[in-house]
Amino acid sequence: MGKSRGPVWVIAEQIDCRILEVSFQLIGHGRKLAAALDTTVEAILLGHKMEEHPRQLFAAGGDRVYLGNDPELAVYQPEIYTEIIEKLAKERQPEIILVGSTAMGRELAPLIAARLDTGLTAHCIDLVIDGNKVLESRIPAYGGLLSIICPDRRPQMATIATGVFPNPEPDESRTGEIIPIEVPKKIPRRIQTLEVVREEPEGMDLESATIVVAGGAGAGDPAGWRKIAGLAEVLNAALGATRPAVDEGWAALETMIGQSGKMVSPELYIGVGLSGELQHMVGISGAKIMVAINNDAKSPVFEQVDYGIVDDYREFVPVFIEKIKEYQGKLKTC
Amino acid sequence: MFKIVVCVKAVPDPKEACNIKIDPATKTLMRCDVPMVLNPLDKYALEAALQFKAEFDAHISVLSMGPPEAGNIVKECLALGADRGFLLSDRAFAGADAFATAYTLAKGIEKNGPYDVVFCGMASSDGSTEWVGPEIATFLKIPVVTRIKEIVEYNGQWWTVKAELENGYRLVRVQIPAVFTVTRELNTPRRLSFSGIIKARKKEITRWGIQELGVPEESVGLKGSPSMVSTIASMDSRRKVEILEGKREEKAEQLVQRLVNAGVI
Repeated sequence: MGKSRGPVWVIAEQIDCRILEVSFQLIGHGRKLAAALDTTVEAILLGHKMEEHPRQLFAAGGDRVYLGNDPELAVYQPEIYTEIIEKLAKERQPEIILVGSTAMGRELAPLIAARLDTGLTAHCIDLVIDGNKVLESRIPAYGGLLSIICPDRRPQMATIATGVFPNPEPDESRTGEIIPIEVPKKIPRRIQTLEVVREEPEGMDLESATIVVAGGAGAGDPAGWRKIAGLAEVLNAALGATRPAVDEGWAALETMIGQSGKMVSPELYIGVGLSGELQHMVGISGAKIMVAINNDAKSPVFEQVDYGIVDDYREFVPVFIEKIKEYQGKLKTC
Repeated sequence: MFKIVVCVKAVPDPKEACNIKIDPATKTLMRCDVPMVLNPLDKYALEAALQFKAEFDAHISVLSMGPPEAGNIVKECLALGADRGFLLSDRAFAGADAFATAYTLAKGIEKNGPYDVVFCGMASSDGSTEWVGPEIATFLKIPVVTRIKEIVEYNGQWWTVKAELENGYRLVRVQIPAVFTVTRELNTPRRLSFSGIIKARKKEITRWGIQELGVPEESVGLKGSPSMVSTIASMDSRRKVEILEGKREEKAEQLVQRLVNAGVI
């Protein structure tokens, strides 16, 4: 018999005392990983006035919660959070640490990984345990699906976006152990989050939209981008973008769909002037019906959708809009 | 004088990145002559440094790790107004993951001497991990603020910045020296000027290898990387593709019909 493996950890995240969905999703999937490794699932929860919240993490599948409950932890404080998790990880030796691909997670995860001298895989779309009991983190890249491993160092770390794994069915009868953690007294305190300001999101929410129109590099210029935005408007759709479109400055970072952006699963997805790069396509793999409009018949996007239109989008989109309006007009009259 | 370091990366031109494929047999990238360019977000990092320099007396060092050809993007940064360019290049550095890359860059920054702030792009367009900035900060044992979109106060030892957050921002006060990773909202990068290109001709790029950095071989490149690619699988689409034929009008008509039939519009 080998020695027993360390637990699977999830760094839970809360905003205004509400635990984010991704934290539950990671605990849910963490259970599967833990079963394959014959170990437990544990969550780290840092915040203030969070006494009652560990219950939710147990219901999602957690066995143990390390709870830091202190006014100093109310909002994300990089130095303190890193210090607490580093110390705890060195003590408890987790086998795996999963972190949500949120703004906080994307900063905190590399801080922890570097402190623990270990590897960290970004924005995974699947996590499995292989035959050697090693974590395989799957990421799409360059037309293939890569499995990244961290064979020799522990913990194995990965970040995962909201929506990659399903919400676990809560089991209110599950219970677990709460271990309180203290705020360390000796930390440098060279950095402080003074305030967290939330603004009303602009435009339609991509994650809850039933129709998503996305544009890519093929949009060509801001005028072209507005044409694509016009299609979204007619369909009452949320407007998304690929990374090159964000790079060009046509679209905001928050509208980026894909592995390092948002994961969406609308009823209808229409991709305009984009090439079907996997980094983008994994973000919409949950769509019911997918359409692509691209003037290059050889574009890889035409291998990944339900309906393809080979045409110059600048010419096609206005005609398409007219036909949609015609249909919408008919709906109103009858 | 106030010393600024900007870390930059040469990436395959994102507009042509779809032409890059992975060779399933060798697990290496088939670049198919996609040109290497300055990582788009790094332009914003350099611009942040240049704007600071325009206001205060400052010296800007640009640092990149990459193959010898990456010297071109360092040269581009010099033409844009950076004072000194460094390329960390060595066969031993090849195959580095974010961890080993950050370690090597941190060693380069230390060798370059005292510094006040380090600017990085939030992520590279090819790796898009966002790890390198925070990991450099960890190796340098200084604080980091990622995803900054505004520098509110930058006078003295404490800076106040706004860091992007889902639907909002974090207002962060941080003591320098510190690392900042920047988003596109921070500024509008300037374009290359002819006079800048002429001036940059005279500026030399300093090239440092493993000897100059004095780091052990097992802590850089593939050997120094905790994570590695184990397998590559192809992704097969589960969808039956139908390419709609006919005149433009007909295609639009058919498409609307199909979407109506599917009950999605």
